[in-house]
Amino acid sequence: MAIVKKEIISKLQEQILNLQGFKRERNADAIDFGLGIISTAFPGNVFPLAALHEFLATNLEDAAASGGFISALLSALMKKGGLCLWISTQRKIFPASLITFGLSPERIIFIDLQSERDVLWASEEALKCESLAAVVTELDEISFAQSRRLQLVIEKSRVTAFVIRKNAEKLSSTLAASRWRISAMPSAAIDGLPGLGFARWHVELLKVKNGIPGNWMIEYASGAFRPVTQVPFDGLKIRRAV
Amino acid sequence: MQKRYMSIWFSTLLTDWIRIKCPRLKDLPLVFSDKAGNRMVITAASKEATLLGIHLGMPLADARAIAPDLEVIENQCHKSKKLLEALGRWCIRYTPLVAVEEDQGLILDISGCSHLWGGESAYLREIVNRLRGLGYAARAAISDTMGTSWAISRYGKVSPIIKSGEELTALLPLPPMALRISIIASQKLIKLGLKTIGSFISMPRSVLRRRIGEDSMERIEQVLGQKEDYFSPITIPEVYSERLASMEPIRTRKGIEIAIEKLLSNLCASLQRDGMGIRSALLQSYRIDGRVIKTQIGTNSPSINTSHLFKLFSLQIDNIEPKMGIELFTMDAVRFDQLDPGQEALWMTEKSMGNQKVIELLDRLAGKLGAQVIQRYLPQPHHWPERSIKKVDSITEPLSLPWRTDRLRPVQLLKVPEPVQVTAPIPDYPPMLFRYQGVTHQVKKADGPERIEREWWLEKGEHRDYYQLEDADGKRYWLFRSGAL
Repeated sequence: MAIVKKEIISKLQEQILNLQGFKRERNADAIDFGLGIISTAFPGNVFPLAALHEFLATNLEDAAASGGFISALLSALMKKGGLCLWISTQRKIFPASLITFGLSPERIIFIDLQSERDVLWASEEALKCESLAAVVTELDEISFAQSRRLQLVIEKSRVTAFVIRKNAEKLSSTLAASRWRISAMPSAAIDGLPGLGFARWHVELLKVKNGIPGNWMIEYASGAFRPVTQVPFDGLKIRRAV
Repeated sequence: MQKRYMSIWFSTLLTDWIRIKCPRLKDLPLVFSDKAGNRMVITAASKEATLLGIHLGMPLADARAIAPDLEVIENQCHKSKKLLEALGRWCIRYTPLVAVEEDQGLILDISGCSHLWGGESAYLREIVNRLRGLGYAARAAISDTMGTSWAISRYGKVSPIIKSGEELTALLPLPPMALRISIIASQKLIKLGLKTIGSFISMPRSVLRRRIGEDSMERIEQVLGQKEDYFSPITIPEVYSERLASMEPIRTRKGIEIAIEKLLSNLCASLQRDGMGIRSALLQSYRIDGRVIKTQIGTNSPSINTSHLFKLFSLQIDNIEPKMGIELFTMDAVRFDQLDPGQEALWMTEKSMGNQKVIELLDRLAGKLGAQVIQRYLPQPHHWPERSIKKVDSITEPLSLPWRTDRLRPVQLLKVPEPVQVTAPIPDYPPMLFRYQGVTHQVKKADGPERIEREWWLEKGEHRDYYQLEDADGKRYWLFRSGAL
């Protein structure tokens, strides 16, 4: 009886998602992002591809953490091949470090620009190219209208876009499918030995379309995410969800 | 068909050329000199200089002693070959087959061409007069073999046109040098008293061969037409250019777009026939008021995809100001390359097509923002962080050595290291706290030091001791101390 009920509920959920205009990617299940518990926050328990994901980073340290997190996602996304564009002004990303997250740095083409306007133009052009695996954009600001332009292009080309917003103090609403904040957390010593442990992040999913926001503590160890707490993480004072 | 060859000899090629360029040097003794070993040697001399007793191969100092007011042009001898090639290209109007000779001459294969100018003598006169009109002292001769033409053009004194079969009689009174044999061999013959070709050409071959060697014998056979001579004609580089004149001056964007599309499709069609692709194209718009507006595009790989090239041009249409109207468009393929023969649609894999599209995207970005914005990195075998990666231009260059995974590297790295203030319990220890941009960070965990030596064969300076630090918030930093013991 319980199984039948569950089936009915999941069917109904799918119907609701369809009514809300959410289309499931045909081969989205094929890619395992290794997000584990976090993926339960997404509609249909699948990380939405062909969508705009924004990451808030108020300072350099958060930008670094976001960069690392995105690289880990990219490495899963680009397993089958393809190239990725990283568009930014004043880039500080050190390509040689991205191999730590399983991402081959030679498959990233960096576009270093002078002005924000050029970054937006280049991102839009890049997102039109359906043979790219993903496009990462570092920006200070993105307005609602600008995000809509990117979203319209994405709907045609089905390329996944990641936007790092470096000036997250002034938050405007956007059309992004999800809004994240990744910040560093103190690591735990490995086997009680001195020195650094595995990189630990506080992952806040502040907004997600058709899903349930949440926040978790994860660790990146031996090429995979590992949840530190299985339940939504409450140990730290949670910043107000925006 | 009987072959006919014409040889043109420019006795004073370089000096004539410089005189055409600067007429003030006319009638002055003029020489070209070049370095041979560690002294300057005359490599070309004008008629006036030769009359003074200056000859080729003479040291420049000796020549200066003979004629103190000698005009000397230095280090220009490489020009001679270029100049001959240019003259050869000019001669293509008389025959399709023109070859450059080693010493200041051209050989034209004129079989079946001369009657178009009304016979061989008119043909020869036409060419020589035109060349002399340009300012070159040219002599020419026509015969059945290249060797004979060569000899008559340089040493002939009677008639420049040798009828078929009369080569040998024409050669008889000429000196042995006319046979294109080496200087040593010809000097040997003269020393033996054989001062004309006629005096030794009828000697048995075995006797001659012993005197002057195998190479010279081959030359003689070639001159007499008993052996095939080599002829390597110069080729004219293809020019890809299209023009489009408009019935009425064009003033609208739409009109310019149509013109570009038409020109591109014509240009790409002719390039495709030869298996070439555009690397760089130049559009020139001739305005009614006499101004010419130039618009140039470049691509990362040869392309004949008209829609892609059109997109590159359309990024720049805004810069074309029609004002009163544009009456003529021309488009040239400034640079073109062998087109990579793309796979046919049937065999097109997802990947190869994908790369093509990415290259086209990068072309668009480079077209608007400049090629320098596109960066791609490959590892280099260096430990020093700044040198551990190198920029590469091509997006297809493969990985030659693997990325290092044994050491953790920071996700973000400053372009230039910035100083921080630290407090450390013992000099070698990781710091307890550090201050960067006015913020104090308490260090909770640390790894290090990891010493990286500077590569002394590349640059001088101190080594670095790197520490990985984690502060109270879990934020991580990569600091180094320079030059501690």
